[in-house]
Amino acid sequence: MSWLLVSPILIPLAAAAVSFALPERRMAQRTVAVGASALLLATSLLLLVEVATRGMVVMQAGDWPAPFGITLIADHLAAIMVVISAIMALATAVYALVDIDPAREGLGYHPLFLVLVTGINGAFLTGDLFNLYVWFEVLLISSFVLLTLGNRRAQLEGGLKYVAVNLVSSLFFLVSIGVTYGLTGTLNMADLAIALKDVPTGLVTILAMLFLVAFGIKAAIFPLFFWLPASYHTPPVAISAIFAGMLTKVGVYALIRAFTLLFTQDVPWTHDVLLWLAGATMLTGVLGAAAQNEFRKILSFHIISQIGYMIMGLALYTPLALAGAVFYLVHHIIVKANLFFVAGLAQRMGGSFELKKLGGLYRHSPLLSILFIIPAFSLAGFPPLSGFWAKLVVVLAGVEVGNWAIVAVALVVGLLTIYSMTKIWQAAFWSPTPEGVTLSGLPQKRLWVPVAMLAGLTVVIGLFSAPFMNLAEASAAELLNPAGYVEAVLGADAAAEYDVPIVLEETP
Amino acid sequence: MEVPVALTVGVLFGSGLYLVLQRNLLRLVFGLILMSGGVNLALFVAGRLTRGISPFVPEGAYAPPMGAANPLPQALILTAIVISFGLTVFALVLLLRTYERLGTVETNELPIRLRDPHPADVSPPASSVPHATPSTESSGGTSDPEVGS
Amino acid sequence: MNSLILRTTTRLLIGVLLLFSVFLLLRGHDLPGGGFIGGLVGAAAIALYAIAYGYEHAFALLRIRPRALIGVGLSLAVLAGILAAFAGEPMLTGLWWIREVGPWTVKLSTPLLFDVGVYLVVIGVVLRMLFSLEEH
Repeated sequence: MSWLLVSPILIPLAAAAVSFALPERRMAQRTVAVGASALLLATSLLLLVEVATRGMVVMQAGDWPAPFGITLIADHLAAIMVVISAIMALATAVYALVDIDPAREGLGYHPLFLVLVTGINGAFLTGDLFNLYVWFEVLLISSFVLLTLGNRRAQLEGGLKYVAVNLVSSLFFLVSIGVTYGLTGTLNMADLAIALKDVPTGLVTILAMLFLVAFGIKAAIFPLFFWLPASYHTPPVAISAIFAGMLTKVGVYALIRAFTLLFTQDVPWTHDVLLWLAGATMLTGVLGAAAQNEFRKILSFHIISQIGYMIMGLALYTPLALAGAVFYLVHHIIVKANLFFVAGLAQRMGGSFELKKLGGLYRHSPLLSILFIIPAFSLAGFPPLSGFWAKLVVVLAGVEVGNWAIVAVALVVGLLTIYSMTKIWQAAFWSPTPEGVTLSGLPQKRLWVPVAMLAGLTVVIGLFSAPFMNLAEASAAELLNPAGYVEAVLGADAAAEYDVPIVLEETP
Repeated sequence: MEVPVALTVGVLFGSGLYLVLQRNLLRLVFGLILMSGGVNLALFVAGRLTRGISPFVPEGAYAPPMGAANPLPQALILTAIVISFGLTVFALVLLLRTYERLGTVETNELPIRLRDPHPADVSPPASSVPHATPSTESSGGTSDPEVGS
Repeated sequence: MNSLILRTTTRLLIGVLLLFSVFLLLRGHDLPGGGFIGGLVGAAAIALYAIAYGYEHAFALLRIRPRALIGVGLSLAVLAGILAAFAGEPMLTGLWWIREVGPWTVKLSTPLLFDVGVYLVVIGVVLRMLFSLEEH
């Protein structure tokens, strides 16, 4: 089984190697990218089935025993994330066939994209803190190059902000790793879960806050989000879409991992901080979006507000809330990338991303309108789409705990999301075409395939939510029981040493 | 010995932070270099400082000699140095490109320069026509995972 | 740069540097050295050549594009990880092939293959960076 576990890393990495080795063969590179993504989807689905039926899959790289070597592990959450990343990789690879111009392909778009996917999957599957840092850097460096590929002036300007802020975040991550190692002498996450119990709670909380800053920058939570709307609208849509879908979510994944496995010593304090941040993230994101008039910038700000919901699920720290956070992750990645793809299609027909210069798309292409409405309504949380269930579960979790303030924030933000989506609908689709703008013909069919596929997926998740919810609940159960994770990595003795029931206590 | 090293880390971080907060982006990159030096030193101290014995396993033995240095932080630092080397080179290339295309590396100036119309940026959308700059081969930092692992 | 001294010295040095880089690569498993440091020395040798004779000549000396070098190196490293599958071991497990060939003991292994991959990748990446900076 161990090969199934490493395949999400090995397949894109090997494909990237082949793609690097064929710098002049554009067709071969394209075939490799799409083929590898399809293969990746198949193996990651197998991995998810394996995890769902037989429990966590663990592998020790190089056969070095657990706390010494590098552990790879797939629990429910990691397996789900890998499947979603494979879906995104496939959708983006197909969309990029048309969207990425030959010049950018010549600069190495395809191998870089595959390295990005490698880094994302590696970050999901690793069970070692330093290895997580390495995967973060792998995905970061390829994202840097992808973001600035082509050297357009806006890209360079946005890229500088992105690069500077993310480099600082990496430094924070690394110094937190150093302090962790100094305190505990280990970096294996399962081993850390045990070792951190012997460290004074105050120090662990300081560590938790250091990691919160490091991962918070990557996840774009309040007040560390400003790099995202400054850069995400600059590259071509195929690149923005996978960034919007996956990159911040790797940060959210790392936060979920850290604040369920490692930093659970002082839940009332640390998770309260998270809850405040979640509320602020939701509000600032949605208010920022309301002030924007560019298709992709509105969507970028909505990434931030939606991340607030996921952090809210993590912060509430109940089985229902965590299940909601996981469900929200899945839903959001699909929907957000889809909206970026739609923005690309709208720009191809209307000639601009500026809402003022767009118009009349409904009459021009009813199909695109439907393909916009599905993810937009899903994002806003209309039934029966996936976003409805995601929001419902997170909000119910808030009600269950009785934290009415955060519930109110979540609902208000939901309303404001509808406002933003209506604004796009009104300006780009419903209103007449502005003077002097001629709409161009329908874009190539290959661009529609991933859009339709993702829109279909959000409908399916909405209509048949039970199996997806079951998976989310299973991940939540695992996340709330770190002893299981410890046992999978280090064996039953270590789990017995861990052996602490999860206490959900009220703040005194 | 830990205290002076810790102080050095503090000084490196402090001066790095000072430079990162400057408006000139070249200073920002220098600040990041200083800070990553500080971080590497911090990783080194995290493994405890010992004197003089390198962690090699002698011929015929199965473990390094008693009191040998901790090899793990050194491996971590080596990886971190490689990564920060790649990232720094990329940041410098990016800065160079920005200076060529926008004529400045001052954060205050950048948005103003960006608003100036520029023949290569205004007319065609990115998807149809590639950038019009002569240099198509770009982006040095095509770093790769193997170097780091 | 046009300097007779540099050119002459480079011609003398480049062979030694390249040989030394391979020496470092092969020595690496048990002693200080390895693919990374060997690759850096090798890349430095070619960079020196580029400075002395110009980048076109260095490019001609290399005969393969740096990006392709990255691809080949990465492929070798991945292969070294996958080979363990044929022995039924987890990924990256070291496999050794030790034979007496005449008076020498030949030791081949997957860690060596991995190191060769790293060696090529490092040369490719460093030269890629240098060449892209040189284009200005």
